Amino acid sequence: MPLHYEDFAVGNVACYGPRTITREEILAFAAEFDPQPMHADEEAARATMLGGLVASGWHTCALSMRMMADGFVLASAAMGSPGVEEVRWLKPVRPGDSLTLRATVLEMRPSGSRPGMGFIKFGYEMLDQTGDCVMTLVSTGMMARRGFTPASAMAPGVPR
Amino acid sequence: MKYFEEIAVGEQASFGSHTFTAEEIKSFATRFDPQPFHIDEAAAAQSPYGTLIASGWHTVALWMRHAMRYRRAEDEARRARGEPLAELGPSPGFRDLKWLKPVHVGDTIAFASEVVETRPSKSRPKWGLVFSRNTGTNQAGDLVISFIGSALVERRMAE
Repeated sequence: MPLHYEDFAVGNVACYGPRTITREEILAFAAEFDPQPMHADEEAARATMLGGLVASGWHTCALSMRMMADGFVLASAAMGSPGVEEVRWLKPVRPGDSLTLRATVLEMRPSGSRPGMGFIKFGYEMLDQTGDCVMTLVSTGMMARRGFTPASAMAPGVPR
Repeated sequence: MKYFEEIAVGEQASFGSHTFTAEEIKSFATRFDPQPFHIDEAAAAQSPYGTLIASGWHTVALWMRHAMRYRRAEDEARRARGEPLAELGPSPGFRDLKWLKPVHVGDTIAFASEVVETRPSKSRPKWGLVFSRNTGTNQAGDLVISFIGSALVERRMAE
């Protein structure tokens, strides 16, 4: 049985990872999506404010998504997300950093228009190998309620 | 990059557009967001969306790619005019990212930005903070992504 809305509770905390980010991954993501010198060019990165190669913040976001997916989303009746309230990039992520994602359930509410669905707001902290927080992210996920599949929960209706 | 002092609230920029293919949607999702509706047409058919859609992180990453391409062209134009280039520093983050509509295979998304606030950094005199409302709009004119981004932009040191 996949995890449903009812399997989560405000205050739940879980950690996912660790996951090591490599120089090659940082350079590949940057070449494709964010080719600023600090992300895409080791030599040029030394002359920037951060003094060396660092991962694109979008890469850290994408990696957090992968860690959520492997951690719980793929084992759940997840239905996607309407968005992200806030992301703070607090500390540069550098090649070889080992990242752990800590997830806390902040708020839960049933959908007003789809009786089979609820919203779960998560607060995420990405921590490096020294325990420093490199990124915080607050986002809401849509989750099917027990007795529904993600597809059947998408149907509009009157809440019970 | 323009210097912080040259950037005004209300300033708009269009970064160009991108048409999403099934291959790149699946390629991004396989690496970063392997949910059924992002990686496989058959599984997507059984999902809440009924068809393959791009990961929201893929759409915003492509916003970034187009924004950076635009900045690079702007830098080349400034260099050609003999104007100095300001440094673009690391971003402290973003807020209010909304994935408003799914992005489907074949959708063409136009990326844009509008400056909504500028202020000097209190802790770092070399830098100013620029906040922008960043968007992606599909071929039907519907907004698909919107977020408030922030950037550190170098100030003119002559002042």
